[in-house]
Amino acid sequence: MDNLLVAENIVKKYGDYTALNNVSLTVPKGSIFGLLGPNGAGKTSFLRIINQITMPDSGLVTFDGKPLEQNHVKDIGYLPEERGLYKSMKVGEQALYLAQLKGLTKTEAKERLKYWFDRLEIGDWWNKKVQELSKGMAQKIQFVVTVLHEPKLLIFDEPFSGFDPINANLIKDEILKLREDGATVIFSTHRMESVEELCDHIALIDKSNKILDGKLLDIKKQFKSNTYEIGVSATNENELRTMLDSKFTTSPASFKSIHDDVKMKVQINGTNSPNELFSFLANYGQVNHFTEVIPTASDIFIQSVQNN
Amino acid sequence: MNHLPLITKREYLNKVKNKSFIIMTFVSPLIMIALGLLIGFLTNLNKNKERIIDVVDESGFAKEIFSDTTSTTKYRILNNIDLVQARVDVEEQEHYGLLYIPKVDSVSQLAKSVKFYSKDTPSLTLIASLESKIEKRLTDINYKNKGFDIEKIKDARISVDIYQESYTGEKTSKLSGGLKLGFGMVSGYLLFMFIIIYGNMIMRSIIEEKTSRIIEVIISSVKPMQLMLGKIFGTSLAGITQFVIWVLLLSVLSIVLSSVFGVNMSEMQNSPQQEMMQEAMKNGDMQQKLSVLLNEIYNLPLANLIVMFLLFFIGGFLLYSSLYAAIGAAVDNETDTQQFMMPIMVPLILAVYVGGFTVLEDPHGTVAQVFSFIPFTSPVVMLMRIPFGVPMWQQIVSVLLLFTTFIGTVWFASKIYRVGILMYGKKPTYKEIYKWLKY
Repeated sequence: MDNLLVAENIVKKYGDYTALNNVSLTVPKGSIFGLLGPNGAGKTSFLRIINQITMPDSGLVTFDGKPLEQNHVKDIGYLPEERGLYKSMKVGEQALYLAQLKGLTKTEAKERLKYWFDRLEIGDWWNKKVQELSKGMAQKIQFVVTVLHEPKLLIFDEPFSGFDPINANLIKDEILKLREDGATVIFSTHRMESVEELCDHIALIDKSNKILDGKLLDIKKQFKSNTYEIGVSATNENELRTMLDSKFTTSPASFKSIHDDVKMKVQINGTNSPNELFSFLANYGQVNHFTEVIPTASDIFIQSVQNN
Repeated sequence: MNHLPLITKREYLNKVKNKSFIIMTFVSPLIMIALGLLIGFLTNLNKNKERIIDVVDESGFAKEIFSDTTSTTKYRILNNIDLVQARVDVEEQEHYGLLYIPKVDSVSQLAKSVKFYSKDTPSLTLIASLESKIEKRLTDINYKNKGFDIEKIKDARISVDIYQESYTGEKTSKLSGGLKLGFGMVSGYLLFMFIIIYGNMIMRSIIEEKTSRIIEVIISSVKPMQLMLGKIFGTSLAGITQFVIWVLLLSVLSIVLSSVFGVNMSEMQNSPQQEMMQEAMKNGDMQQKLSVLLNEIYNLPLANLIVMFLLFFIGGFLLYSSLYAAIGAAVDNETDTQQFMMPIMVPLILAVYVGGFTVLEDPHGTVAQVFSFIPFTSPVVMLMRIPFGVPMWQQIVSVLLLFTTFIGTVWFASKIYRVGILMYGKKPTYKEIYKWLKY
């Protein structure tokens, strides 16, 4: 089995409102899968279906080769976007309780909690009440509770919100380590730079429909615009500009350079190759800078949603 | 995976360990006793205040009528003064009132011409006692006038005490009737109070889960139904714990208090009825009355009562608490619960009223019977009826109906619960809740 989670033709309606319209997704084993989409697109509805919090009206979810069933909750760790803890309970008690709900025994849970609390250096919080903790501190506890039962599938919905950069990095490293240890991660966020950093697969949901999915690299190739950023120390700058404008679509560019260059973004059309552009430029002077403009996750997101 | 025991345990411990719960548990009985003492003190304060009633008596009967001086109401017979002057005097002296008995030859005429003057409307009990005092005296005079011998009449008076027995041979009596009524009322009101106090507690604890946003974390591990039932069971157990502690504390405290201060708690709340009852008790031999009372208690169908009390108490509480749970899940904060409380409170209050009035009047009348089958009123009404003897089939049918409906409401509540706990930020309408049922 290469895919840990396969969702086929998921439909979910709330009354007249369709939250998910025939959405199919495949999450490969060992991947970090970014689930993206604007607010209200249906991401949370989808995550709730995977967690069996709600049932789809139609469609099938397969987990590790078997239809999703109640027993799978112990193989899934879910950190919802709307997350909290019992305010009046002590941190340790609470973590134990939540771990036991995931099927761990009390002794198992205690052992693993000790390991994680030491690892994240929060050991001395055990007897604190949750209401004494800051938001970021509470988030750490929630993270620990999510991963404690060593699930095959980890689902994080906006895991970094509320963390300072240091702790966000700490959590990011933990997520990467969990993946190395064999977990598959579904990762829902609006922070495109973390998608860029972490995800190898993404899916984009907009207005209840899936509009895009696949390997992040493949999608980037698909979205590339054949645009190159160039920097040329031209002998005749004006001539170069006029010539470029007449032959290609151009736009101004800015990047750091030690040369006093003509800086432009140049889009070549389908028939031209980058090599042709390069030799064309070389006629006007020394080419110091020549890079392909790779679409960022953010670009892809905005472009797809706007076109939808 | 069955997490019900785990959830129940957490709910229970969380409630019981809560500071305000502990304070409530141990301080409330103290407050109740302090209140009882205060009320007793205030009533006695009121009682010990002397009331002076002046009497202008032209008939000459007054002396005999108002010879009793033990009461806190003092009668002062004014001599050689006319009514007009007396009224002015009495008002000036701020006495409670002025009783005027004119000189009329015919006793029957006299009975209609007695007058009472006072600043405000006089108390009902005072007028009643004046009337009965004068009535008694005038009746005696009337007997004499008509040539009856009063002694003989008194001698001839017969007091009837009907021996009551049901067809099945159970002995009944007024006393046992009162006892049955008492048992029914106490258990009915107890259930009513229990539902309101702990139903609200369940509701609040669900709202708390919503506002602290823990709910989604939890229901990714357990079924909403399990979570809801766990909350209901845990809170009920905490409630029972608190109730038991209250009863124990109250009884211990009243024993201690009454032995320390020599105050009898039951005497603290003297009401006219109780006075009458005490009056009645004085007539008979206390010892004998007590043994009759014990005998009557023994004669109640105790096994039936206890079993049914437990069944109806549990069933009734669970039924209502599942509705409270649904409300808690539907709203975001306590202020929004008001509009949904109506459907819960109406049947509850109806049950208590039907129980209080109809059952008292006729325990086996049509109204009482019907309401003791409707599941939302049956726990209270049936509990009040059972001591009077309800056929076993009726009890069983009613219990079955109750528990079937409980399953129904749990299903209904869990539907609302399942959707409601994930809805944040807005106050739902009835229409929306109806839609949730179909999600």
